Amino acid sequence: MREIIKDKQVVQDDWSVLRLQEGETAGGVAIPAGKVIVPLTVWQVQRAQLLARGDVGVWLASDERPEALKDDVGALPVIAVDFPKFADGRGYSIAYNLRARLGFTGELRAIGDVLRDQLFYMQRVGFNAFATRPDRNIYDALKGLTDFSEAYQISWDQKSPLFRRVHRGTAALNG
Amino acid sequence: MYRYDQYDHQIVKERVAQYADQVRRRLSDELTEDEFRPLRLQNGLYLQRHAYMLRVAIPYGLLSSKQVRNLAHVARRYDRGYGHFTTRQNIQFNWINLEDTPQILSELAAVEMHAIQTSGNCIRNITSDEFAGVAADEIIDPRPYAEILRQWSTFHPEFAYLPRKFKIAINGAVEDRAAIQMHDIGLNIVRNEQGETGFTVLVGGGLGRTPIIGSEIKSFVPWQHIMTYIEAIMRVYNQYGRRDNMYKARIKILVKAIGIEEFARQVEAEWADIKDGPGTLTEEELQRVSAYFAPPAYETLSAHDLAFEEHKADNKAFANWIKRNVKPHKVAGYASVVLSLKKTGVPPGDATARQIDFVADIADRYSFGEVRVTHEQNLVLADVKISALFDLWQEVKAEGLATPNIGLLTDIICCPGGDFCALANAKSIPIAEAIAERFDNLDFQHDIGELDLNISGCINACGHHHIGHIGVLGVDKDGSEWYQVTIGGTQGNDAAIGKIIGPSFAATQMPEVIARLLHVYVRDRVEDERFVDTLQRLGIVPFKEHVYATPIETGLPVGEDTYA
Repeated sequence: MREIIKDKQVVQDDWSVLRLQEGETAGGVAIPAGKVIVPLTVWQVQRAQLLARGDVGVWLASDERPEALKDDVGALPVIAVDFPKFADGRGYSIAYNLRARLGFTGELRAIGDVLRDQLFYMQRVGFNAFATRPDRNIYDALKGLTDFSEAYQISWDQKSPLFRRVHRGTAALNG
Repeated sequence: MYRYDQYDHQIVKERVAQYADQVRRRLSDELTEDEFRPLRLQNGLYLQRHAYMLRVAIPYGLLSSKQVRNLAHVARRYDRGYGHFTTRQNIQFNWINLEDTPQILSELAAVEMHAIQTSGNCIRNITSDEFAGVAADEIIDPRPYAEILRQWSTFHPEFAYLPRKFKIAINGAVEDRAAIQMHDIGLNIVRNEQGETGFTVLVGGGLGRTPIIGSEIKSFVPWQHIMTYIEAIMRVYNQYGRRDNMYKARIKILVKAIGIEEFARQVEAEWADIKDGPGTLTEEELQRVSAYFAPPAYETLSAHDLAFEEHKADNKAFANWIKRNVKPHKVAGYASVVLSLKKTGVPPGDATARQIDFVADIADRYSFGEVRVTHEQNLVLADVKISALFDLWQEVKAEGLATPNIGLLTDIICCPGGDFCALANAKSIPIAEAIAERFDNLDFQHDIGELDLNISGCINACGHHHIGHIGVLGVDKDGSEWYQVTIGGTQGNDAAIGKIIGPSFAATQMPEVIARLLHVYVRDRVEDERFVDTLQRLGIVPFKEHVYATPIETGLPVGEDTYA
């Protein structure tokens, strides 16, 4: 079992992530027993039997659409979004739309090239779980969640912009 | 101008701490260079040919004298005694040690400055009109909106890893001095028939490898909705902009590929979810930010000053400076002064620490302690009394900042080029210097009149060569530096992309190429046509024919034909 960050803590994690190997197909691949997060394509082909299991989650690649899961957001315990490299920022908008537009309330997990310096932004757009890269210290990564104590703009975590939340005034005019 | 409150201070302070820790982790190899690169870029730190370059943000080009002094301090203490003002109204220091950067940013934070998002694939510094608030043709002051958008875009969690960099410009005047048609998003503040304020939104403009004029995506977005509308554009771009090829990753390529109508449809679909939501701007917030841009305490003055008129009549050099470097002001008895950073022999946009300190000093004494940076890489004192212009001129002249060449041939816009920049294909500063030397005669320059000459050392077009009346682009051919010339580009309301005149030239040929282009103008101009007017009337053919009519001495053993 490996460790992930979930709800701002390091926890043991018993989900495995299934990635299709060369030669495997979405319809033919065997799904292991136990909690498993499968690729969207596998989910789409084997949906009926996987839905019945109840211990299957789905991960989206950065070029896949959150709307593909619009009928499943109520049933899935976990949705993961893959970051093939940390500079690929599509996952941030995918996460935001899964939460804000599709109303997903389960665990939203960042997987792939996930490092400390992305975590603050990731939690803002709706991720609450982070499978950080295993070659890095996860307790060090945890610090990334608290880099900032304030934010100007709205996102999933903060529904009200700074200018609506606090009285900023113009005291600095005389400063 | 805007001042930080406790929240702004806190956010910038936390950024400095975050960045300092990133540098520490890089130096101890906890971060690889590949991992550190996007982090330092989002903090304005580039690795160049010889050293690190730090680009400090100057939001919409506005500085207090206190901030200006701090920039002089950074130049003196951490650089080699000078700074370079850029075409995006920022300042760059070219000789920075990585180890010093946390301390520099900490010192900048103390005067309400930072380097946040001055590079990297994120929303960059928002630029605007250098005459905002003082221009006679202003409809609405763009600065409060620029500041509100600065705050909105700062550390926006969803848009920090875009397909490519993203630039927004705002104009609020009749004449567009912010080049909004050349930006990823261009905003024009307008009033509709009901007298309500809003924005005409352009999208997908830009220079670089594929120069494109922005397309209008929406003719009127009410001011309350501008942030959510931009958010919708960003969300579409972040998901669908190309990421497979960095040269095709800007929003202009996406807009071109799917068409402006389809792009607008997708934006509307995203906007429908968030329009009227909590991200909507409030009257209270607009008022709060606008209060920082209230006019300074102008005196009631006569529009005419007798002593000033006498000096102008008696002193030709002063009159030339007034003609080129002093701009009208909306308040009687005041004028705006452009300090030229284009003295022949000095790289365009460069200023020494001594000059920067001097500018802070005269800003305090002549212009309410404020300085602006122009996208033409000059500085502006926006609020000078006409009665003080003669004294100011004498002081400015003594510091080498009074070259009366604003808008003329030697007011060259130029990127740092191959002398500094690792991206450049060719040097650009020596070309600017050779041209400036050849045409140093001020009478000749004044006779030629308005002419935008822009030089970029590579296709990234930091020197905005596509929109120069004459544009010069450095290109690499088999390892040598060559220069491609375009003519007929324009900025402003009638922005246009210049056309290439033919095969490229060696560096040593460039002054003569310019001379031949000007020769056609002088020969064929009618009445008081500007260079670009004659060019538009005649087309590029007579210019092209004259330039290539006879060979131009290169002084080099190998000619263009070898490489053609």
